Amino acid sequence: MKLIIAIIKPFKLDEVREALSEVGVQGMTATEAKGFGRQKGQTEVYRGAEYATNMVPKIRIETVVSDDLAPRVVETIAAAANTESIGDGKIFTLDVGAALRIRTGETDETAL
Amino acid sequence: MNKFTIPAIGFAALAFVEPAFAQEAAEAAAEAPDPAAAVSGGTTYIFNTLLFLMGGFLVMWMAAGFAMLEAGLVRSKNVSMQCLKNIGLYSIAGIMFWVLGYNIAYGVGEGGWLSSTWGPYAMQGVGEADTGTGYSVASDWFFQMVFCATTASIVSGTVAERVKIWPFFIFTVVLTGVIYPIVVSWEWGAGALDAMGFSDFAGSTLVHSTGGWAALAGALIIGARLGRYGSDGKVNVFPGSNIPLATLGTFILWLGWFGFNGASQLAMGTIGDVSDVSKIFVNTNMAAAAGVVVAIIGTQILYKKIDVTMALNGALAGLVSITAEPLTPSVPEALFIGGVGGLIVVLAVPLLDKLKIDDVVGAIPVHLLAGIWGTLIVPLTNTEVPFMAQLTGVAAVGVFAFGASAIVWMALKYTIGVRPDEEHEMSGMDHTEVGVEAYPEFART
Repeated sequence: MKLIIAIIKPFKLDEVREALSEVGVQGMTATEAKGFGRQKGQTEVYRGAEYATNMVPKIRIETVVSDDLAPRVVETIAAAANTESIGDGKIFTLDVGAALRIRTGETDETAL
Repeated sequence: MNKFTIPAIGFAALAFVEPAFAQEAAEAAAEAPDPAAAVSGGTTYIFNTLLFLMGGFLVMWMAAGFAMLEAGLVRSKNVSMQCLKNIGLYSIAGIMFWVLGYNIAYGVGEGGWLSSTWGPYAMQGVGEADTGTGYSVASDWFFQMVFCATTASIVSGTVAERVKIWPFFIFTVVLTGVIYPIVVSWEWGAGALDAMGFSDFAGSTLVHSTGGWAALAGALIIGARLGRYGSDGKVNVFPGSNIPLATLGTFILWLGWFGFNGASQLAMGTIGDVSDVSKIFVNTNMAAAAGVVVAIIGTQILYKKIDVTMALNGALAGLVSITAEPLTPSVPEALFIGGVGGLIVVLAVPLLDKLKIDDVVGAIPVHLLAGIWGTLIVPLTNTEVPFMAQLTGVAAVGVFAFGASAIVWMALKYTIGVRPDEEHEMSGMDHTEVGVEAYPEFART
Protein backbone atom coordinates (compact mmCIF):
# COMPACT_ATOMS: atom_id res chain seq x y z
CA MET A 1 0.00 0.00 0.00
CA LYS A 2 1.11 3.54 -0.73
CA LEU A 3 0.18 6.83 0.91
CA ILE A 4 -0.01 9.57 -1.69
CA ILE A 5 0.17 13.12 -0.44
CA ALA A 6 -0.51 15.88 -2.94
CA ILE A 7 -0.30 19.62 -2.38
CA ILE A 8 -2.45 21.34 -4.99
CA LYS A 9 -4.05 24.68 -5.80
CA PRO A 10 -7.36 24.99 -3.91
CA PHE A 11 -9.49 25.57 -7.00
CA LYS A 12 -8.22 22.28 -8.50
CA LEU A 13 -9.72 20.10 -5.74
CA ASP A 14 -12.94 19.20 -7.56
CA GLU A 15 -11.16 18.26 -10.81
CA VAL A 16 -8.65 16.09 -8.94
CA ARG A 17 -11.38 14.39 -6.95
CA GLU A 18 -13.39 13.54 -10.09
CA ALA A 19 -10.34 12.26 -11.96
CA LEU A 20 -9.34 10.04 -9.02
CA SER A 21 -12.86 8.59 -8.72
CA GLU A 22 -12.63 7.59 -12.41
CA VAL A 23 -9.43 5.58 -11.84
CA GLY A 24 -10.98 3.77 -8.88
CA VAL A 25 -9.82 5.68 -5.81
CA GLN A 26 -12.49 5.12 -3.13
CA GLY A 27 -11.66 7.78 -0.61
CA MET A 28 -9.39 10.64 0.31
CA THR A 29 -8.80 13.26 2.97
CA ALA A 30 -8.49 16.93 2.03
CA THR A 31 -7.09 19.57 4.36
CA GLU A 32 -6.80 23.33 3.95
CA ALA A 33 -3.09 24.06 4.16
CA LYS A 34 -0.69 26.97 3.80
CA GLY A 35 2.87 26.84 2.58
CA PHE A 36 5.55 28.08 0.25
CA GLY A 37 7.90 26.67 -2.35
CA ARG A 38 10.61 28.01 -4.58
CA GLN A 39 8.73 31.19 -5.50
CA LYS A 40 8.55 32.08 -1.75
CA GLY A 41 5.02 33.51 -1.79
CA GLN A 42 3.85 36.83 -3.18
CA THR A 43 4.05 40.49 -2.19
CA GLU A 44 0.87 42.47 -1.52
CA VAL A 45 0.17 46.04 -0.35
CA TYR A 46 -2.21 46.75 2.55
CA ARG A 47 -2.89 50.38 3.49
CA GLY A 48 0.35 51.55 1.89
CA ALA A 49 2.65 48.95 3.47
CA GLU A 50 4.09 46.04 1.50
CA TYR A 51 3.90 42.60 2.98
CA ALA A 52 4.82 39.13 1.79
CA THR A 53 2.09 36.54 1.82
CA ASN A 54 4.83 33.94 2.31
CA MET A 55 2.34 31.23 3.18
CA VAL A 56 0.12 30.63 0.17
CA PRO A 57 -3.20 28.80 0.67
CA LYS A 58 -3.17 25.23 -0.71
CA ILE A 59 -5.15 22.01 -0.38
CA ARG A 60 -3.36 18.93 0.90
CA ILE A 61 -4.98 15.68 -0.18
CA GLU A 62 -4.08 12.27 1.18
CA THR A 63 -5.14 8.90 -0.13
CA VAL A 64 -3.94 5.36 0.54
CA VAL A 65 -4.11 2.98 -2.45
CA SER A 66 -2.78 -0.45 -3.47
CA ASP A 67 0.75 -0.68 -4.83
CA ASP A 68 -0.46 -1.36 -8.42
CA LEU A 69 -2.80 1.60 -8.46
CA ALA A 70 -0.29 4.10 -7.01
CA PRO A 71 1.53 5.11 -10.22
CA ARG A 72 -1.78 5.74 -11.98
CA VAL A 73 -3.02 7.86 -9.07
CA VAL A 74 0.11 9.98 -9.18
CA GLU A 75 -0.25 10.45 -12.95
CA THR A 76 -3.92 11.33 -12.63
CA ILE A 77 -3.34 13.96 -9.92
CA ALA A 78 -0.46 15.43 -11.87
CA ALA A 79 -2.61 15.73 -14.99
CA ALA A 80 -5.68 17.14 -13.23
CA ALA A 81 -3.86 19.64 -11.02
CA ASN A 82 -1.57 21.03 -13.70
CA THR A 83 -2.07 24.64 -14.76
CA GLU A 84 1.46 24.96 -16.19
CA SER A 85 2.17 27.87 -13.86
CA ILE A 86 4.21 28.23 -10.69
CA GLY A 87 2.61 27.07 -7.47
CA ASP A 88 0.90 23.97 -8.95
CA GLY A 89 2.20 21.91 -6.01
CA LYS A 90 3.89 18.57 -5.43
CA ILE A 91 3.03 14.87 -5.00
CA PHE A 92 4.75 12.50 -2.56
CA THR A 93 4.44 8.72 -2.35
CA LEU A 94 5.15 6.86 0.90
CA ASP A 95 5.00 3.21 1.93
CA VAL A 96 2.24 2.27 4.34
CA GLY A 97 2.72 -0.48 6.93
CA ALA A 98 -0.87 -1.28 7.89
CA ALA A 99 -4.48 -0.18 7.49
CA LEU A 100 -7.64 -0.94 9.47
CA ARG A 101 -11.29 -0.06 8.92
CA ILE A 102 -12.56 0.88 12.38
CA ARG A 103 -16.19 -0.23 11.94
CA THR A 104 -15.56 -3.78 10.62
CA GLY A 105 -12.01 -4.51 11.70
CA GLU A 106 -10.99 -5.33 8.09
CA THR A 107 -7.27 -4.84 7.56
CA ASP A 108 -4.80 -3.74 4.89
CA GLU A 109 -6.03 -3.66 1.24
CA THR A 110 -9.55 -4.78 2.14
CA ALA A 111 -9.75 -1.77 4.42
CA LEU A 112 -9.00 0.76 1.66
CA MET B 1 -41.53 80.77 -8.86
CA ASN B 2 -42.33 77.39 -10.37
CA LYS B 3 -40.06 75.58 -7.92
CA PHE B 4 -42.47 76.40 -5.09
CA THR B 5 -45.48 74.87 -6.79
CA ILE B 6 -44.94 71.36 -5.48
CA PRO B 7 -44.47 72.32 -1.81
CA ALA B 8 -47.55 74.52 -2.12
CA ILE B 9 -49.56 71.51 -3.29
CA GLY B 10 -48.08 69.58 -0.38
CA PHE B 11 -49.33 72.19 2.06
CA ALA B 12 -52.72 72.08 0.45
CA ALA B 13 -52.77 68.32 1.00
CA LEU B 14 -51.81 68.86 4.65
CA ALA B 15 -54.83 71.11 4.99
CA PHE B 16 -57.13 68.14 4.44
CA VAL B 17 -55.50 65.91 7.03
CA GLU B 18 -54.91 68.60 9.64
CA PRO B 19 -58.00 70.80 10.02
CA ALA B 20 -56.44 72.94 12.79
CA PHE B 21 -54.05 74.46 10.26
CA ALA B 22 -56.42 74.43 7.33
CA GLN B 23 -56.77 78.19 7.19
CA GLU B 24 -53.06 78.94 7.16
CA ALA B 25 -52.28 76.12 4.74
CA ALA B 26 -54.91 77.34 2.34
CA GLU B 27 -53.37 80.79 2.44
CA ALA B 28 -49.93 79.32 1.84
CA ALA B 29 -51.25 77.47 -1.17
CA ALA B 30 -53.01 80.51 -2.55
CA GLU B 31 -49.83 82.50 -3.14
CA ALA B 32 -46.29 81.21 -3.77
CA PRO B 33 -44.75 81.63 -0.33
CA ASP B 34 -41.65 83.56 0.59
CA PRO B 35 -38.86 80.97 1.16
CA ALA B 36 -37.98 82.55 4.50
CA ALA B 37 -41.57 82.40 5.75
CA ALA B 38 -42.14 79.79 8.41
CA VAL B 39 -45.04 77.42 8.25
CA SER B 40 -47.38 78.66 10.86
CA GLY B 41 -47.63 78.22 14.60
CA GLY B 42 -46.95 74.80 16.05
CA THR B 43 -46.08 73.35 12.67
CA THR B 44 -42.66 74.99 12.76
CA TYR B 45 -42.03 73.49 16.18
CA ILE B 46 -43.11 70.08 14.93
CA PHE B 47 -40.98 70.15 11.76
CA ASN B 48 -37.89 71.41 13.62
CA THR B 49 -38.29 68.69 16.24
CA LEU B 50 -38.87 66.08 13.55
CA LEU B 51 -35.58 67.11 11.89
CA PHE B 52 -33.73 66.67 15.20
CA LEU B 53 -35.30 63.28 15.82
CA MET B 54 -34.67 61.92 12.32
CA GLY B 55 -31.17 63.38 12.19
CA GLY B 56 -30.56 62.02 15.68
CA PHE B 57 -31.47 58.44 14.95
CA LEU B 58 -29.45 58.52 11.74
CA VAL B 59 -26.40 59.71 13.70
CA MET B 60 -27.10 57.13 16.41
CA TRP B 61 -26.85 54.51 13.67
CA MET B 62 -23.35 55.76 12.86
CA ALA B 63 -22.32 54.03 16.09
CA ALA B 64 -23.21 50.78 14.31
CA GLY B 65 -21.17 51.92 11.33
CA PHE B 66 -18.10 52.55 13.47
CA ALA B 67 -18.57 49.19 15.19
CA MET B 68 -18.70 47.29 11.90
CA LEU B 69 -15.86 49.26 10.29
CA GLU B 70 -13.63 48.57 13.28
CA ALA B 71 -14.72 44.93 13.64
CA GLY B 72 -13.71 44.42 10.02
CA LEU B 73 -10.32 46.11 10.24
CA VAL B 74 -9.01 44.48 13.42
CA ARG B 75 -7.61 40.95 13.50
CA SER B 76 -10.09 38.17 14.25
CA LYS B 77 -8.68 37.68 17.77
CA ASN B 78 -9.82 41.19 18.84
CA VAL B 79 -13.23 41.46 17.18
CA SER B 80 -15.43 40.77 20.23
CA MET B 81 -13.37 43.27 22.19
CA GLN B 82 -13.92 45.91 19.52
CA CYS B 83 -17.67 45.26 19.46
CA LEU B 84 -17.81 45.52 23.25
CA LYS B 85 -15.91 48.81 23.22
CA ASN B 86 -18.33 50.24 20.68
CA ILE B 87 -21.56 49.37 22.46
CA GLY B 88 -19.98 50.44 25.75
CA LEU B 89 -18.71 53.79 24.54
CA TYR B 90 -22.04 54.67 22.91
CA SER B 91 -23.83 54.01 26.18
CA ILE B 92 -21.28 55.83 28.34
CA ALA B 93 -21.52 58.85 26.02
CA GLY B 94 -25.30 58.84 26.31
CA ILE B 95 -25.21 58.91 30.10
CA MET B 96 -22.29 61.32 30.49
CA PHE B 97 -23.79 63.81 28.06
CA TRP B 98 -26.76 64.04 30.45
CA VAL B 99 -24.73 63.94 33.69
CA LEU B 100 -22.35 66.76 32.70
CA GLY B 101 -22.04 67.19 28.97
CA TYR B 102 -25.07 69.16 27.86
CA ASN B 103 -24.83 71.81 30.57
CA ILE B 104 -21.11 72.25 29.96
CA ALA B 105 -21.71 72.58 26.20
CA TYR B 106 -24.62 75.02 26.43
CA GLY B 107 -24.13 76.69 29.82
CA VAL B 108 -21.24 78.85 28.72
CA GLY B 109 -21.72 82.61 28.69
CA GLU B 110 -21.60 84.43 25.35
CA GLY B 111 -17.97 84.58 24.23
CA GLY B 112 -16.85 82.49 27.21
CA TRP B 113 -14.45 79.55 27.53
CA LEU B 114 -15.99 77.53 30.37
CA SER B 115 -19.54 76.80 31.53
CA SER B 116 -20.58 77.78 35.02
CA THR B 117 -23.21 75.01 35.11
CA TRP B 118 -21.82 71.61 36.06
CA GLY B 119 -24.49 69.01 36.64
CA PRO B 120 -27.22 66.94 35.01
CA TYR B 121 -29.46 68.46 32.39
CA ALA B 122 -33.07 69.05 33.50
CA MET B 123 -34.93 67.12 30.81
CA GLN B 124 -38.40 68.32 29.74
CA GLY B 125 -41.49 66.99 31.51
CA VAL B 126 -44.40 65.04 30.02
CA GLY B 127 -46.31 67.10 27.47
CA GLU B 128 -44.07 70.09 28.17
CA ALA B 129 -43.12 72.21 25.18
CA ASP B 130 -40.98 75.31 25.29
CA THR B 131 -42.29 76.90 22.10
CA GLY B 132 -39.86 79.80 22.56
CA THR B 133 -36.95 77.62 21.38
CA GLY B 134 -38.79 76.46 18.28
CA TYR B 135 -38.14 72.77 18.97
CA SER B 136 -38.47 70.18 21.73
CA VAL B 137 -35.52 70.51 24.10
CA ALA B 138 -35.40 66.73 24.49
CA SER B 139 -35.02 66.34 20.71
CA ASP B 140 -32.16 68.83 20.83
CA TRP B 141 -30.51 66.98 23.72
CA PHE B 142 -30.84 63.68 21.85
CA PHE B 143 -29.40 65.16 18.65
CA GLN B 144 -26.41 66.69 20.49
CA MET B 145 -25.83 63.49 22.49
CA VAL B 146 -25.32 61.30 19.40
CA PHE B 147 -22.66 63.74 18.15
CA CYS B 148 -20.88 63.31 21.46
CA ALA B 149 -20.96 59.53 20.98
CA THR B 150 -19.48 59.92 17.49
CA THR B 151 -16.44 61.65 18.99
CA ALA B 152 -15.81 58.70 21.28
CA SER B 153 -16.25 56.19 18.43
CA ILE B 154 -13.36 57.82 16.57
CA VAL B 155 -10.94 57.04 19.40
CA SER B 156 -11.75 53.35 19.69
CA GLY B 157 -10.70 52.57 16.13
CA THR B 158 -7.25 54.13 16.38
CA VAL B 159 -6.27 52.51 19.68
CA ALA B 160 -7.79 49.12 18.81
CA GLU B 161 -6.11 45.81 19.66
CA ARG B 162 -3.81 47.05 22.46
CA VAL B 163 -5.75 48.95 25.11
CA LYS B 164 -7.47 47.27 28.03
CA ILE B 165 -11.23 47.71 28.33
CA TRP B 166 -11.42 49.64 31.64
CA PRO B 167 -8.85 52.36 30.89
CA PHE B 168 -10.61 52.84 27.55
CA PHE B 169 -14.01 53.22 29.22
CA ILE B 170 -12.62 55.62 31.85
CA PHE B 171 -11.11 57.72 29.06
CA THR B 172 -14.51 57.69 27.33
CA VAL B 173 -16.18 59.00 30.51
CA VAL B 174 -13.86 62.03 30.61
CA LEU B 175 -13.96 62.62 26.84
CA THR B 176 -17.75 62.54 26.54
CA GLY B 177 -18.54 64.17 29.91
CA VAL B 178 -15.98 66.99 29.91
CA ILE B 179 -13.48 67.33 27.01
CA TYR B 180 -15.90 67.20 24.07
CA PRO B 181 -18.56 69.37 25.78
CA ILE B 182 -16.00 72.10 26.56
CA VAL B 183 -14.90 72.17 22.91
CA VAL B 184 -18.53 72.36 21.77
CA SER B 185 -19.27 75.21 24.20
CA TRP B 186 -16.74 77.44 22.46
CA GLU B 187 -18.65 77.33 19.17
CA TRP B 188 -22.14 75.78 19.26
CA GLY B 189 -22.60 76.99 22.85
CA ALA B 190 -21.98 80.56 21.63
CA GLY B 191 -18.64 80.75 23.44
CA ALA B 192 -15.29 82.31 22.55
CA LEU B 193 -14.70 80.82 19.06
CA ASP B 194 -18.21 81.74 17.97
CA ALA B 195 -17.57 85.33 19.05
CA MET B 196 -14.44 85.38 16.82
CA GLY B 197 -16.44 84.39 13.74
CA PHE B 198 -15.27 80.77 13.65
CA SER B 199 -17.64 78.54 11.68
CA ASP B 200 -18.07 74.76 11.89
CA PHE B 201 -21.47 73.80 10.49
CA ALA B 202 -21.73 70.18 11.60
CA GLY B 203 -18.45 69.55 13.36
CA SER B 204 -15.38 68.89 11.18
CA THR B 205 -13.37 70.38 14.02
CA LEU B 206 -15.68 70.13 17.02
CA VAL B 207 -16.55 66.46 16.55
CA HIS B 208 -14.09 64.87 14.13
CA SER B 209 -10.87 66.69 14.94
CA THR B 210 -11.62 66.51 18.67
CA GLY B 211 -12.01 62.73 18.36
CA GLY B 212 -8.94 62.63 16.13
CA TRP B 213 -6.79 64.57 18.62
CA ALA B 214 -7.93 62.27 21.45
CA ALA B 215 -7.08 59.28 19.24
CA LEU B 216 -3.65 60.67 18.35
CA ALA B 217 -2.83 61.29 22.03
CA GLY B 218 -3.90 57.71 22.77
CA ALA B 219 -1.87 56.21 19.93
CA LEU B 220 1.27 58.06 21.06
CA ILE B 221 0.93 57.27 24.76
CA ILE B 222 -0.33 53.69 24.46
CA GLY B 223 2.17 52.87 21.71
CA ALA B 224 1.91 50.62 18.68
CA ARG B 225 0.61 47.06 18.66
CA LEU B 226 3.25 44.48 19.53
CA GLY B 227 5.35 43.61 16.51
CA ARG B 228 3.77 46.28 14.34
CA TYR B 229 7.04 48.08 13.57
CA GLY B 230 10.30 46.16 13.14
CA SER B 231 13.54 47.57 14.55
CA ASP B 232 14.73 48.21 10.97
CA GLY B 233 11.74 50.49 10.35
CA LYS B 234 9.83 47.76 8.55
CA VAL B 235 6.04 47.94 8.83
CA ASN B 236 4.52 44.58 9.66
CA VAL B 237 1.09 44.37 8.11
CA PHE B 238 -1.83 43.04 10.15
CA PRO B 239 -4.59 42.74 7.55
CA GLY B 240 -8.18 43.33 8.64
CA SER B 241 -10.26 40.26 9.38
CA ASN B 242 -13.45 41.03 7.49
CA ILE B 243 -13.67 43.40 4.51
CA PRO B 244 -17.44 42.94 4.00
CA LEU B 245 -18.08 44.18 7.57
CA ALA B 246 -15.75 47.15 7.06
CA THR B 247 -17.61 47.99 3.84
CA LEU B 248 -21.02 47.70 5.50
CA GLY B 249 -19.77 49.91 8.33
CA THR B 250 -18.66 52.57 5.86
CA PHE B 251 -22.01 52.55 4.06
CA ILE B 252 -23.81 52.84 7.43
CA LEU B 253 -21.63 55.83 8.35
CA TRP B 254 -22.31 57.40 4.94
CA LEU B 255 -26.08 56.99 5.50
CA GLY B 256 -25.82 58.39 9.02
CA TRP B 257 -23.99 61.42 7.70
CA PHE B 258 -27.15 62.72 6.02
CA GLY B 259 -28.50 63.13 9.56
CA PHE B 260 -25.19 64.48 10.82
CA ASN B 261 -24.91 67.25 8.20
CA GLY B 262 -28.52 67.57 7.04
CA ALA B 263 -30.07 67.96 10.47
CA SER B 264 -27.30 70.39 11.50
CA GLN B 265 -29.35 72.93 9.55
CA LEU B 266 -31.22 72.82 12.93
CA ALA B 267 -34.49 73.99 11.38
CA MET B 268 -37.04 72.67 8.92
CA GLY B 269 -39.90 75.09 9.53
CA THR B 270 -39.43 77.19 6.41
CA ILE B 271 -39.25 76.37 2.72
CA GLY B 272 -35.78 77.91 2.68
CA ASP B 273 -34.59 75.63 5.48
CA VAL B 274 -35.95 72.42 4.01
CA SER B 275 -34.40 73.31 0.63
CA ASP B 276 -31.07 73.91 2.34
CA VAL B 277 -31.27 70.53 4.08
CA SER B 278 -31.76 68.98 0.64
CA LYS B 279 -28.76 70.81 -0.80
CA ILE B 280 -26.70 69.59 2.17
CA PHE B 281 -27.70 66.00 1.34
CA VAL B 282 -26.42 66.47 -2.22
CA ASN B 283 -23.12 68.09 -1.19
CA THR B 284 -22.54 65.48 1.50
CA ASN B 285 -22.97 62.68 -1.03
CA MET B 286 -20.78 64.43 -3.64
CA ALA B 287 -17.91 64.91 -1.21
CA ALA B 288 -17.97 61.25 -0.14
CA ALA B 289 -18.12 60.06 -3.74
CA ALA B 290 -15.14 62.24 -4.67
CA GLY B 291 -13.19 60.95 -1.67
CA VAL B 292 -13.71 57.36 -2.84
CA VAL B 293 -12.80 58.05 -6.47
CA VAL B 294 -9.61 59.91 -5.51
CA ALA B 295 -8.59 57.10 -3.12
CA ILE B 296 -9.22 54.50 -5.85
CA ILE B 297 -7.16 56.40 -8.42
CA GLY B 298 -4.48 57.27 -5.85
CA THR B 299 -3.90 53.70 -4.67
CA GLN B 300 -3.97 52.41 -8.27
CA ILE B 301 -1.19 54.84 -9.22
CA LEU B 302 0.91 54.38 -6.08
CA TYR B 303 0.56 50.64 -5.47
CA LYS B 304 -0.61 49.20 -8.85
CA LYS B 305 -3.61 47.67 -7.08
CA ILE B 306 -6.63 49.37 -5.54
CA ASP B 307 -6.80 49.05 -1.76
CA VAL B 308 -10.44 48.61 -0.75
CA THR B 309 -9.79 49.75 2.84
CA MET B 310 -8.35 53.01 1.51
CA ALA B 311 -11.41 53.48 -0.71
CA LEU B 312 -13.58 53.06 2.41
CA ASN B 313 -11.43 55.60 4.29
CA GLY B 314 -11.72 57.88 1.25
CA ALA B 315 -15.51 57.99 1.62
CA LEU B 316 -15.23 58.92 5.28
CA ALA B 317 -12.51 61.54 4.65
CA GLY B 318 -14.70 63.13 1.97
CA LEU B 319 -17.60 63.21 4.45
CA VAL B 320 -15.51 64.73 7.24
CA SER B 321 -14.10 67.35 4.83
CA ILE B 322 -17.54 68.64 3.80
CA THR B 323 -18.91 68.62 7.35
CA ALA B 324 -17.55 72.06 8.30
CA GLU B 325 -19.59 73.66 5.50
CA PRO B 326 -21.96 71.36 3.62
CA LEU B 327 -24.38 74.10 2.53
CA THR B 328 -22.55 76.86 0.62
CA PRO B 329 -20.36 74.81 -1.81
CA SER B 330 -21.51 74.29 -5.39
CA VAL B 331 -21.34 70.71 -6.70
CA PRO B 332 -17.82 71.16 -8.20
CA GLU B 333 -16.66 72.74 -4.94
CA ALA B 334 -18.09 69.86 -2.89
CA LEU B 335 -16.33 67.39 -5.19
CA PHE B 336 -13.07 69.30 -4.76
CA ILE B 337 -13.36 69.50 -0.96
CA GLY B 338 -14.20 65.79 -0.63
CA GLY B 339 -11.62 64.75 -3.23
CA VAL B 340 -8.81 66.42 -1.30
CA GLY B 341 -10.05 64.47 1.75
CA GLY B 342 -9.52 61.26 -0.24
CA LEU B 343 -6.03 62.40 -1.22
CA ILE B 344 -5.21 63.12 2.44
CA VAL B 345 -6.04 59.50 3.29
CA VAL B 346 -3.89 58.04 0.51
CA LEU B 347 -0.88 60.13 1.54
CA ALA B 348 -1.28 60.24 5.33
CA VAL B 349 -1.90 56.54 6.08
CA PRO B 350 1.63 55.43 5.03
CA LEU B 351 3.09 58.64 6.51
CA LEU B 352 1.74 57.76 9.97
CA ASP B 353 3.34 54.32 9.64
CA LYS B 354 6.68 56.00 8.86
CA LEU B 355 6.27 57.96 12.09
CA LYS B 356 5.40 54.68 13.87
CA ILE B 357 2.00 55.99 14.91
CA ASP B 358 -0.19 52.89 14.83
CA ASP B 359 -3.71 53.86 13.71
CA VAL B 360 -5.57 50.60 13.10
CA VAL B 361 -8.51 51.99 11.09
CA GLY B 362 -7.05 55.24 9.71
CA ALA B 363 -9.08 57.49 12.03
CA ILE B 364 -6.31 60.09 12.34
CA PRO B 365 -6.12 60.86 8.59
CA VAL B 366 -9.90 60.56 8.19
CA HIS B 367 -11.14 62.51 11.21
CA LEU B 368 -8.27 64.70 12.36
CA LEU B 369 -6.50 65.69 9.13
CA ALA B 370 -9.57 65.80 6.86
CA GLY B 371 -11.37 67.64 9.69
CA ILE B 372 -8.68 70.33 9.73
CA TRP B 373 -8.77 70.57 5.92
CA GLY B 374 -12.56 70.88 5.86
CA THR B 375 -12.51 73.61 8.51
CA LEU B 376 -9.77 75.68 6.85
CA ILE B 377 -11.43 75.54 3.39
CA VAL B 378 -14.76 76.97 4.64
CA PRO B 379 -13.89 80.58 3.60
CA LEU B 380 -13.57 79.40 -0.04
CA THR B 381 -17.33 78.92 -0.30
CA ASN B 382 -18.60 80.98 2.63
CA THR B 383 -17.03 84.39 2.30
CA GLU B 384 -18.51 85.63 5.57
CA VAL B 385 -16.10 83.39 7.47
CA PRO B 386 -12.64 84.85 8.17
CA PHE B 387 -9.75 82.44 7.52
CA MET B 388 -7.94 83.57 10.68
CA ALA B 389 -10.94 82.58 12.79
CA GLN B 390 -10.86 79.10 11.21
CA LEU B 391 -7.14 78.78 11.91
CA THR B 392 -7.61 79.97 15.50
CA GLY B 393 -10.43 77.48 16.03
CA VAL B 394 -8.39 74.57 14.66
CA ALA B 395 -5.42 75.53 16.84
CA ALA B 396 -7.42 76.15 20.02
CA VAL B 397 -9.30 72.85 19.71
CA GLY B 398 -6.04 71.08 18.87
CA VAL B 399 -4.17 72.38 21.90
CA PHE B 400 -7.02 71.69 24.30
CA ALA B 401 -8.31 68.36 22.95
CA PHE B 402 -4.82 66.91 22.48
CA GLY B 403 -3.52 68.30 25.77
CA ALA B 404 -6.47 67.23 27.90
CA SER B 405 -6.58 63.78 26.26
CA ALA B 406 -2.85 63.31 26.77
CA ILE B 407 -3.19 64.13 30.48
CA VAL B 408 -5.98 61.56 30.89
CA TRP B 409 -4.13 58.85 28.93
CA MET B 410 -0.93 59.53 30.93
CA ALA B 411 -2.80 59.41 34.23
CA LEU B 412 -4.30 56.05 33.23
CA LYS B 413 -0.95 54.74 31.99
CA TYR B 414 0.79 55.44 35.28
CA THR B 415 -2.04 54.28 37.57
CA ILE B 416 -4.06 51.30 36.37
CA GLY B 417 -2.04 50.83 33.16
CA VAL B 418 -3.44 50.96 29.64
CA ARG B 419 -1.97 47.87 27.98
CA PRO B 420 -2.59 44.19 28.50
CA ASP B 421 0.57 42.17 29.24
CA GLU B 422 2.41 40.86 26.19
CA GLU B 423 1.07 37.35 26.38
CA HIS B 424 -2.51 38.59 26.59
CA GLU B 425 -2.00 40.94 23.67
CA MET B 426 -0.51 38.15 21.53
CA SER B 427 -3.28 35.70 22.30
CA GLY B 428 -5.92 38.35 21.58
CA MET B 429 -8.23 40.28 23.83
CA ASP B 430 -11.36 38.39 22.80
CA HIS B 431 -9.89 35.59 24.87
CA THR B 432 -8.23 37.52 27.71
CA GLU B 433 -10.54 40.50 28.32
CA VAL B 434 -13.95 39.51 26.95
CA GLY B 435 -13.97 35.73 27.23
CA VAL B 436 -16.06 35.47 24.06
CA GLU B 437 -14.32 34.88 20.78
CA ALA B 438 -15.95 36.51 17.77
CA TYR B 439 -15.07 33.58 15.53
CA PRO B 440 -14.68 30.55 17.86
CA GLU B 441 -14.77 28.05 15.02
CA PHE B 442 -11.51 29.23 13.50
CA ALA B 443 -7.98 28.91 14.79
CA ARG B 444 -6.48 32.13 16.19
CA THR B 445 -3.64 33.62 14.21
